[in-house]
Amino acid sequence: MISRTVLEALGRAPLRFPLTAWPWRSLVYLLTGGGLAAAVYLTVAAMLAAPFGRVTGVLCSVLAIGFGAALSGPLERWRLGLVELDGPLPPRGRRTYGYGAVSVLAVAWADLAVALVSLGIPGILLLSPLQPTATSWEKVTGPIAGAMLLIVATYPIGAWAGVRGAVTRSVLAPKDGELREVVRSRARLVDAFETERRRIERDLHDGAQQRLVALNVRLGLATLDLPEGSVAAKEVGEAHALAKEALAELRELIRNVHPQVLSERGLHAAVRDIAGRSPIPVDLDIELPGRLPAAAETTAFFVTSEALTNAAKHSGAARCRVRTRVQEGVLHLEVTDNGVGGAEIKAGSGLTGLADRIAAADGRMFLSSPRGGPTRLRAEIPCRPSALSES
Amino acid sequence: MQAERPLRIVIAEDGVLLREGMVQLLERFGHEVSAAVGDGDALLAAVREHRPELVVADVRMPPDFTDEGLRAARVLQAEQPDLAVLVLSQYVEQTFAEELLESGEGGAGTGYLLKERVGDVGEFMDAVGRVADGITVVDPEVVRQLLARRRGPLERLTPREREVLALMAEGHSNAAIARRLVVTEAAVAKHIAGILHKLGLPADDPEVNRRVVAVLTYLRGEGSEEMRA
Repeated sequence: MISRTVLEALGRAPLRFPLTAWPWRSLVYLLTGGGLAAAVYLTVAAMLAAPFGRVTGVLCSVLAIGFGAALSGPLERWRLGLVELDGPLPPRGRRTYGYGAVSVLAVAWADLAVALVSLGIPGILLLSPLQPTATSWEKVTGPIAGAMLLIVATYPIGAWAGVRGAVTRSVLAPKDGELREVVRSRARLVDAFETERRRIERDLHDGAQQRLVALNVRLGLATLDLPEGSVAAKEVGEAHALAKEALAELRELIRNVHPQVLSERGLHAAVRDIAGRSPIPVDLDIELPGRLPAAAETTAFFVTSEALTNAAKHSGAARCRVRTRVQEGVLHLEVTDNGVGGAEIKAGSGLTGLADRIAAADGRMFLSSPRGGPTRLRAEIPCRPSALSES
Repeated sequence: MQAERPLRIVIAEDGVLLREGMVQLLERFGHEVSAAVGDGDALLAAVREHRPELVVADVRMPPDFTDEGLRAARVLQAEQPDLAVLVLSQYVEQTFAEELLESGEGGAGTGYLLKERVGDVGEFMDAVGRVADGITVVDPEVVRQLLARRRGPLERLTPREREVLALMAEGHSNAAIARRLVVTEAAVAKHIAGILHKLGLPADDPEVNRRVVAVLTYLRGEGSEEMRA
């Protein structure tokens, strides 16, 4: 298994670590950060020492620090790729620059210090044969100890670079990234589900339904030729009756899979259609600015249909009311009944399904159903074209 | 088997099987099918060429499979105000019915039926005849939906009166209603008077189409939608 970060590499195979590319990557990581900090410091020192007056010197120093800080944020994002192989971080505006400023002015000195101390001591030991005062014993043991310490030095360098990378990621990574991904994947699932239902509806309409209608006409024609009262006429008559029943059932099935009236005529017509089928009289108060995005229409239709079914089944209401408005790109849908109330969102109930469905469309659902009624169900569904097509 | 009045008819239906079945059926009853086409544009061309008395059109046809049939019918009725149009659909729905009723207010017959009614040969030919006679014919399914949700005065109707009301809304004459319910015409007239009285509608209009429109308008308007005037 490939290690994705330097810390993972350290933890998984500590003995092999000095032989991998990670110590080198870590070193470059520390030196880029430290290098920028040192460059900023040296520039400031030069400006203040330069012979063009206090005020100009301070101004130039401030400019240099600002420039360094501005450069540091993007640099932090880029150099994170040296110690973590996960994709680059998305830009985060002010936060990137804030973190960059802190990094270049303070933390990068620690990067530099770790690198210099870890490499400095073995470096001095390695160079001991060149020391004029070194004894011959020191000339032999110095480089040996230096080489060993050089190997040991890869650990603090790797560890510090790894920790710095983790801090950078936790500061700069988007906080709700995973949550949003879950909601989106759920929305995609609902979308895919809906597309599939439409396809099934079309297939049934173009296939089985067409053929059954034609069969029905053929059987009707056949009865014309048969003498009334004959056995054949009776048989064909029965077959005809069966075909008609099958057609009626298929029509209902298609309507439940995906109501054609919704895709063809829109939410308003579809809501009127189910209101017309409801056993409880339904008052409609519908205002819509023409057609809405298909996903919003489907969700709203599903909510209305389910709410009316629930009202008919459980509420004992004498009247329902459906109200819709679109305000600032959000569809507000309210279904009320004057029944006994007491509706609860329980696991496995239709209301939970509704809440899930609305949540998948990035919307919200509110339910008020005190014992004794009335029950009010409100849904807010985003219906800006862009809000829904984004996935 | 001859229709009382042979008609010149243009058929528009994209399903080949059903189209052929309908051609056979209509010719069998002595009508003349001038053209049988498969989409809205062909329908427009065929009607302009053959000047039929009646168009039988599928609502959903190529290329978009939405309501090409209905749109073509509207264009044609605007060009030929006396053209009768019978629209067929795999499902029926109220707003369609209302739009058709509105477009049919010019005086020419308008019909809206489920496709599966074509198989009830006798009744279908009857409906064809009524539409050609300038009567509004609405599928029993639409009437059933309209009746199902209504409350108020409709609740006071007896079951028999509801049956009669449904048949009235489908555009049947008193004689036809009497035949279907196996009662006398006098009994039907009595039921109708009772219904109109309970609903607060004006006394029976012998002109069947005006009666249909009055009943359907009542059913559509009754307490359905607050936003609609």
